[in-house]
Amino acid sequence: MKLFEYRGKELFDKYGISVPKGNLVKNERDFSGLIFPIVLKAQVPIGGRGKAGGIKKAKNLKEGKENLDQIMGMDIRGYKVGKVLAEETANIKKELYLSISLDRSKRMPLIMASAEGGMDIESVPDDKIFKEWVSPLIGIQSFNIRNIVSKLSFGKEESKEIAKVLSKIYRLFRQYDCELVEINPLIITNDGGVMAIDSKITINDDAMYRHTDIEPELVELTPLEKDAKDKGISFVQLGGNIGVIANGAGLTMATLDALNHFKGEGGVFLDLGGTDDPEKVKQAFELMKKANPKVIFLNLFGGITKCDTVATGVKAVITKEGINCPVVTRIKGMREDEAKEILKDAGLITATTLQDAAQRSSNLAGGK
Amino acid sequence: MSIFVDKSNKVLVQGATGHQGVFHIGEMLNFGTKVVAGVTPGKAGQNVNGVPIFDSVQEGVDKTDANTSLVLVPARFAKDAVFEALDAGVKTIVVITENIPFHDAMEFVHYAKYKDAVLIGPNCPGIASPGKTKIGILPGSIFSEGDVGVASRSGTLTYEIVNSLKEKGIGQSTCVGLGGDPITGTTFIEALSAFEQDKETKAIVLVGEIGGTAEEDAAEYITNHVNKPVFAFIAGRTAPPGKRMGHAGAIIARGKGTAESKIKAFKKAGVQLAKFPTDIADLVEQHI
Repeated sequence: MKLFEYRGKELFDKYGISVPKGNLVKNERDFSGLIFPIVLKAQVPIGGRGKAGGIKKAKNLKEGKENLDQIMGMDIRGYKVGKVLAEETANIKKELYLSISLDRSKRMPLIMASAEGGMDIESVPDDKIFKEWVSPLIGIQSFNIRNIVSKLSFGKEESKEIAKVLSKIYRLFRQYDCELVEINPLIITNDGGVMAIDSKITINDDAMYRHTDIEPELVELTPLEKDAKDKGISFVQLGGNIGVIANGAGLTMATLDALNHFKGEGGVFLDLGGTDDPEKVKQAFELMKKANPKVIFLNLFGGITKCDTVATGVKAVITKEGINCPVVTRIKGMREDEAKEILKDAGLITATTLQDAAQRSSNLAGGK
Repeated sequence: MSIFVDKSNKVLVQGATGHQGVFHIGEMLNFGTKVVAGVTPGKAGQNVNGVPIFDSVQEGVDKTDANTSLVLVPARFAKDAVFEALDAGVKTIVVITENIPFHDAMEFVHYAKYKDAVLIGPNCPGIASPGKTKIGILPGSIFSEGDVGVASRSGTLTYEIVNSLKEKGIGQSTCVGLGGDPITGTTFIEALSAFEQDKETKAIVLVGEIGGTAEEDAAEYITNHVNKPVFAFIAGRTAPPGKRMGHAGAIIARGKGTAESKIKAFKKAGVQLAKFPTDIADLVEQHI
């Protein structure tokens, strides 16, 4: 789960990392404790908000109100702004970049630091980004911090302050099950202090159960995706008009790819998983119908899951609830012949191979 | 021969008395796996399909000489279960459990290395070597004995591919499900290294997907260390960036982990790529 900037900063504050004084603003009154000039920042779970006009400065209350009205409710790459953070501005002597993320290949936390702070890290050349890996068994050690801070070539006092922030964000990264903790920029102020001007924190969804102090805010998901998540169904909405139901994440992805080969475009990724439970099958079809696809493509491989049990579930839903679009099915594996009979009987199209099914689905969807 | 497992594996199942445990102990016994013990704290003295249940892994190991553990416990107990198995001296651990916090996986993967144990998973279907053993939840019916090694990040897609190999009369030496999580104990590199050394394996099939750089790492390894022919399928060519496609690890993040990048790396390493999962069997057949 991606945290909004202001919630990330609440965590920074909890770990003793300085952040600018600020609060969420909805109206004039909310500005009362702040000293102008201030900066107003749209709270969205994606980057690039500055370029989209989601960050604006204000010299006085009048400007503050005007800019708040502009930012609140604006659309930033599909996200409607519902929260705006107002912060006092800081004097900046130097900016740097700090992050801790997961290195999947090394299976270790990776610290990255750069003296080129304040810009998109993707655009910083590799030789300006310094890296250090931490053994998860022993945790961050002084040598790790020395290794990376020394490369930044800051003064002695500044380096000390950066080192402190590093060990704090490492603790935060581990204790809050983070996928990413990023400060960009971390600034050195004119009086030699350090302050986090932005925060990007992502907490591992699978670990949310042990962070009950973090209120879930599934802003990255569509309403249907949220609904599916509550029901424990793996469901992703995509751009096309063919709804894919398959069992297993890999097979579902491969099915979407096969459609693409025949110029079809997937609109929904729905992974039924290892279930043949008729109730789950029913829920899956209900969700799929709400997504309003032009064609549904059901692709099953029965290993442990028996094809005919799933087919019976599908038939029950379709005969009872009806379906308003063609359903192309491709069934392979344990008890496939029985399953095909059941699906044919329910009036569904049964294809023989993955290619055949993908081609038929794509044609029915109009090749778009 | 085979990789990672063979007839010498004596399997202890952690989480043996749940619905999955009971079912898969039966399936593994049918396949010929030596399942010798089960562990569910508080249920010592019971048995599942004739397999005795113990309160702790240590007790199970002491009484049955189990050297392998299959972990089926719920996600929030998985770290404890793996640590318990490692401390009891178990040297091969297969973790089926899905949705384990990755910080937990990071810890037990490193601890397994420290203890010199092989850890497969998490979020994987397990490992099977036809004619020898099956440790996990893979369907026994899809396999046949032969000389193709399979390593995969996915479950059902692997069954599909293995089944299509079987339909063409191509058997498998070992099929290992590496897991769909961002962190796994065994990666393509370790599987490739083992297959390259395994005399019984003549060709290698890799099933990859979007997310991370495991395939790119594998391609580099193949270029430098693998002489056997390698075939691959990559799932997720049409997946949009930033969306998690079912598996926790299947996400294109910050421009990394795209199918194009993986396909390009494999092609450069001389790996033959299939367009459709079922085409892998054709490619392998043409080669033989």
